[in-house]
Amino acid sequence: MSNKVFAAVAFAVALALAAVTQLIPNDYFFTAAYTVLLFVILATAWNILGGYTGYVNFGSAAFFAIGAYTTVFFYNAFKAPLLVGIIAGTLVAGLAGLGLGYLTLRLRGVFFAIASLALAVVLYIFVVNWDYVLQPREIPFGLPRYIHLIYAVQLVMAAIALVVARAIEHSTLGRGLAAIRDDELAAECSGVPTLRLKIFSTMVSCALMGMAGTTFPYYLSYIEPSSAFSLSYAVNSIAMPLIGGTMSWIGPLIGAILLGSVQQLVQVMFSLGAWNLLIVGVLLVLFVTLAPNGIMGWVDAWRRRKGR
Amino acid sequence: MAAALLEVEGVTKRFGGFTALESVDFVVRPGERVGLIGPNGSGKSTLVNCIAGTLKNEEGSIRFEGQDICGHAAHRRIRMGLARSFQIPKPFASMSVLDNLRVPLLYAARRHEKLAAGRIVEEAMRILEEVGLAGRAHAMSGGLTQVDMRKLELARAMAAKPKLLISDEAMAGLSASEVDDVLALLFGLKDQGVAVIMIEHVMRAVMKFSERIAVLVAGRKIADGDPQVVVGNADVIKAYLGE
Repeated sequence: MSNKVFAAVAFAVALALAAVTQLIPNDYFFTAAYTVLLFVILATAWNILGGYTGYVNFGSAAFFAIGAYTTVFFYNAFKAPLLVGIIAGTLVAGLAGLGLGYLTLRLRGVFFAIASLALAVVLYIFVVNWDYVLQPREIPFGLPRYIHLIYAVQLVMAAIALVVARAIEHSTLGRGLAAIRDDELAAECSGVPTLRLKIFSTMVSCALMGMAGTTFPYYLSYIEPSSAFSLSYAVNSIAMPLIGGTMSWIGPLIGAILLGSVQQLVQVMFSLGAWNLLIVGVLLVLFVTLAPNGIMGWVDAWRRRKGR
Repeated sequence: MAAALLEVEGVTKRFGGFTALESVDFVVRPGERVGLIGPNGSGKSTLVNCIAGTLKNEEGSIRFEGQDICGHAAHRRIRMGLARSFQIPKPFASMSVLDNLRVPLLYAARRHEKLAAGRIVEEAMRILEEVGLAGRAHAMSGGLTQVDMRKLELARAMAAKPKLLISDEAMAGLSASEVDDVLALLFGLKDQGVAVIMIEHVMRAVMKFSERIAVLVAGRKIADGDPQVVVGNADVIKAYLGE
């Protein structure tokens, strides 16, 4: 399927879902679905750097928060509409990703992971001390909680993230990224401009994470640093692709829907919200030991066996 | 004398206090087959890394087709036509054998050869045919046997369409007939006008292949010339066998 056809299908599905589900009378559906979609975007974005390129980013929450606080800033400063917040948040997070890339991509493996985590902490402290965006501390700052609209917007943004991820995966760029993941030195010696490609994929990945965060202030109608920088975003955006499979765009989608829905169910049915991270941990351990290439890796292996 | 393809002049490389290469001069002419030998730790791989751009030399100059390439990153050097294979095979393990070749075809060969996008697979298959891996084209490269991995390593370097190929111990640990296979491959490159630097411990292969042999000992070049003369050189014998 060509990129254009895929994009058309993805947006059609997103719009159809948005339209049909508006009939659901239960408001909680939208809250839950918004959260799952948020994770779809985060997991897809993380996978562009983590899965395709092989660089584990522990700082997802920071880029998510950049998106969220950019919206708050623009709303506080100019009463900017949502669309402006989305575009600005995506761009600012992308720029921050570019910075992260320049500063840290000469580091490899675990050193890069630690640097990305450190960046998240630095940003957290910065935001906590920045009074301007904290003015509406825990008081709704006037953003109406249009959950139905926010849910539909999030659906379209999830489609955008998936289209971008799939286009990268199937391009020459994607092949270069895969070469970097498999062996960076051999990639460089095959003509792949490794540093430039890594910086680009970091930028795209971080921009999409920021995009996921731009609707967050509208969702909660207020934000505070500990929720925007929550550990749960960093952990989930790593765990979901790993469980779904990191080699293709489908993996993070499956992982996010599966893990996101399970967490919502646990929260609602058993009121065990605090158990969410424990569930993620247990599932992650199970998958890493039983299906190290995730659900999609499992499917691929099964297909190969069948094909023989 | 034809203009040199590769000119290494006074190259020095230090690792902390240790001098791995000391003022090495080394020239390769277009289409030439040069053997580079020396005991373990004599600096052969360091020299290769400096030429290929995976290490930066502190002093001296490296010119390729008359152009100074010292400041170029490795990927720019291979795009100019300077390819290398690795001593320990480094396949792109998540890809098929065919896809391994697509990477240099897309990123290096297309830069200096008009290669239409549709012809990439065709070209990859032609190279696999040449090295005898056509039957394994769709196998995952991580699961190849040792000898097939060496062949893939060379095939990937060839896919970059180089003018100079540096083969870093492509034959270590191979059986006699496998050595002959790889040797035939490298001879084939000569027919295509590709210059080859062969770094090897298998002396039988080096003697058979090289038009010229250079000897590195402890970071210095102690001999460079006709193979028969070089192996009879007293300094070379001393370096290998002791006094």
